Amino acid sequence: MLLAILRRVGQMFFVMVGISMLVFMIFFATPGADPASRIAGRNASPEILEAVRKSFGFDQPFYVQYLIMMKKIFITGDLTSFVNRGWKVVPAVLDTIPVTLSLVIGAAILWVIFGIIIGTVAAATRGSWLDKLLMILGLIGISMPVYWLGEVMNLVTQSRYHDTWMFSWVPPLGYKNLSSDPKGWFLTLIIPWITLAILYIGLYGRVLRANLIEAMQEDYVRTARAKGLSETRILLRHALRTSLISFVTLFGLDFGALVGGSALLTEVVFDLHGVGKLTYDALQNLDLPVIMTTVMYASFFVVLANALVDVVYILLDPRVRSV
Amino acid sequence: MLSVRDLRVSFCTEQGMVQAIDGVSFDVAEGEILGVVGESGSGKTVSLLAVMGLITDPNAVIEGSIKYQGRELVGLSAKDMRKLRGREIAMIFQDPMTALTPVYTIGWQIAEQIRAHEKISAKAAEQRAIDLLQEVNIPNPAEAIHLYPHQLSGGMRQRAVIAMALSCNPSLLVADEPTTALDVTVQAQILDLVRKLQKNYKSAVVFITHDMGVIAEIADRVMVMYAGRIAERGSKRELFSEPQHPYTQALLDSIPPLEGKRPHRLKSIPGAPPALLHRSTGCAFAPRCAKRFDACVNMPILTANGHDAACFKVNPI
Ligand SMILES: Nc1ncnc2c1ncn2[C@@H]1O[C@H](COP(=O)(O)OP(=O)(O)OP(=O)(O)O)[C@@H](O)[C@H]1O
Ligand SMILES: [Mg+2]
Repeated sequence: MLLAILRRVGQMFFVMVGISMLVFMIFFATPGADPASRIAGRNASPEILEAVRKSFGFDQPFYVQYLIMMKKIFITGDLTSFVNRGWKVVPAVLDTIPVTLSLVIGAAILWVIFGIIIGTVAAATRGSWLDKLLMILGLIGISMPVYWLGEVMNLVTQSRYHDTWMFSWVPPLGYKNLSSDPKGWFLTLIIPWITLAILYIGLYGRVLRANLIEAMQEDYVRTARAKGLSETRILLRHALRTSLISFVTLFGLDFGALVGGSALLTEVVFDLHGVGKLTYDALQNLDLPVIMTTVMYASFFVVLANALVDVVYILLDPRVRSV
Repeated sequence: MLSVRDLRVSFCTEQGMVQAIDGVSFDVAEGEILGVVGESGSGKTVSLLAVMGLITDPNAVIEGSIKYQGRELVGLSAKDMRKLRGREIAMIFQDPMTALTPVYTIGWQIAEQIRAHEKISAKAAEQRAIDLLQEVNIPNPAEAIHLYPHQLSGGMRQRAVIAMALSCNPSLLVADEPTTALDVTVQAQILDLVRKLQKNYKSAVVFITHDMGVIAEIADRVMVMYAGRIAERGSKRELFSEPQHPYTQALLDSIPPLEGKRPHRLKSIPGAPPALLHRSTGCAFAPRCAKRFDACVNMPILTANGHDAACFKVNPI
């Protein structure tokens, strides 16, 4: 167990070093990204440029700049933005984490529950109109772009029907702190959760249905039938239980990516200042310190999500346990 | 106790109707071992899956009559069938590697079957599972119930499957090639086990195999199937000493002799069984038969006098 944890930590270290170097190199190799000229402004004189170079340390060798940046992120925590001088980046990123986690965890709970229900019901009634209906709804869910869906949701709940009994409870856009205003936190997030989850509900429902139908052809299901078990029990206790193993793999990948910033569009549409939004803004003005910090954060969470998936795996699949 | 009459099973496929079982009738008496033998595709599995009510293919059509202790099983409701399955009639399958659910311990899986049919506590079911594993000679049964299928060898898994099949003391056990996937020494042990258990539990056994050698070891009566029909049936002694159907003779010629000089090459049957879609109206074995004659363009009927064959040589019209 300890060895497994150490291996994970080592892996995380390598991933983060590799990605940070890559981001660093891409940044300095990008044409027009010379930070000094960007900071100094379009018409800056060579003297000012030179001064900017000195004061930001761009005249030092790359590896020194790299190490200084890493030190400022991980040890002193006082990395400042290239664009807004004096703006501390690390606390800014830390502030966005609860927003993104709230959004993604809530949506994940929704999509796991409804994905399992829809996939199982569709598999149990395969070929029927209910199955077809659910699969078409799933397909629609998958094909709706999340920013479009989000805008429509906003249109409906914030303006068109906001004053009717249906949506008068929906608070204005923005994030409310969980600890200071739990009710507001919950209410503001309901619509974003649903919006983000719909795509994944459709996807997971369809994938699970296919997995279940495949599992129902397995020999062990025939054995279970020969034992005289009911179809419901066979589907839930044997086929579903076995299919959850691949379900978890998929979940780990998606969850890691979303926490790492892929929920960007949902964050933008609902004015949630999460990691995705922060990264997006930083990319807009090529603010390397912010990009670097969010990338570090994202890779940390992706590796962490993978490690969690491994733990769940061990719980779900006895064949993994003994090797 | 089991009496199958004129069983027909057909599947609607994209290429058309496929008649997998074409009028099969047989009986299984209390406590006997019926061996069912035939080449791959001859319909052994399908006919017994039909008995178990386990043909789940929605395109299948099952006709005829299957009576178990006087009760008609064809058309029985799924719920009533489920009550019989696992308790009265149990089945074990060919491949022990895939026959158990990989995520549960074997003890759990055995207890699951017991508790599906009897109201007993989890503790008592577990104790029964331990006793059953003991009975099928799995070492350390009290610990073995906590093992997952992948932690057992093929032979041990098949023992666990057999223990599970016997858990509700069924009066009929259908064993579909339970030894085919195992190596020879393990095969012999499993055969011994089936024989021993059949004596202890007094269940009737239908033992499916394509190996005449296994039939010789285990069966009381034998049914030889060819292309979805019965070619010959009779007691083991009759069938081995005076086989009537040329197909049975050919099968017997293909077992290596136990004594004497090994023949240079074992005889094999030339040709292959007919494809289901292109079944002729005559004797299905005729194209491969060394003794065919004019009459064989017609369909032979099975005689009905104890030792029966469907061949014009035996039963000229
Ligand atoms: N679901 C199905 N749809 C169409 N044809 C089927 C189906 N199930 C079985 N068959 C056909 O029925 C025939 C009999 O198959 P069966 O499995 O009973 O053979 P078998 O004697 O058990 O052979 P083996 O020794 O290989 O197990 C085969 O030709 C098979 O292709
Ligand atoms: Mg078979």
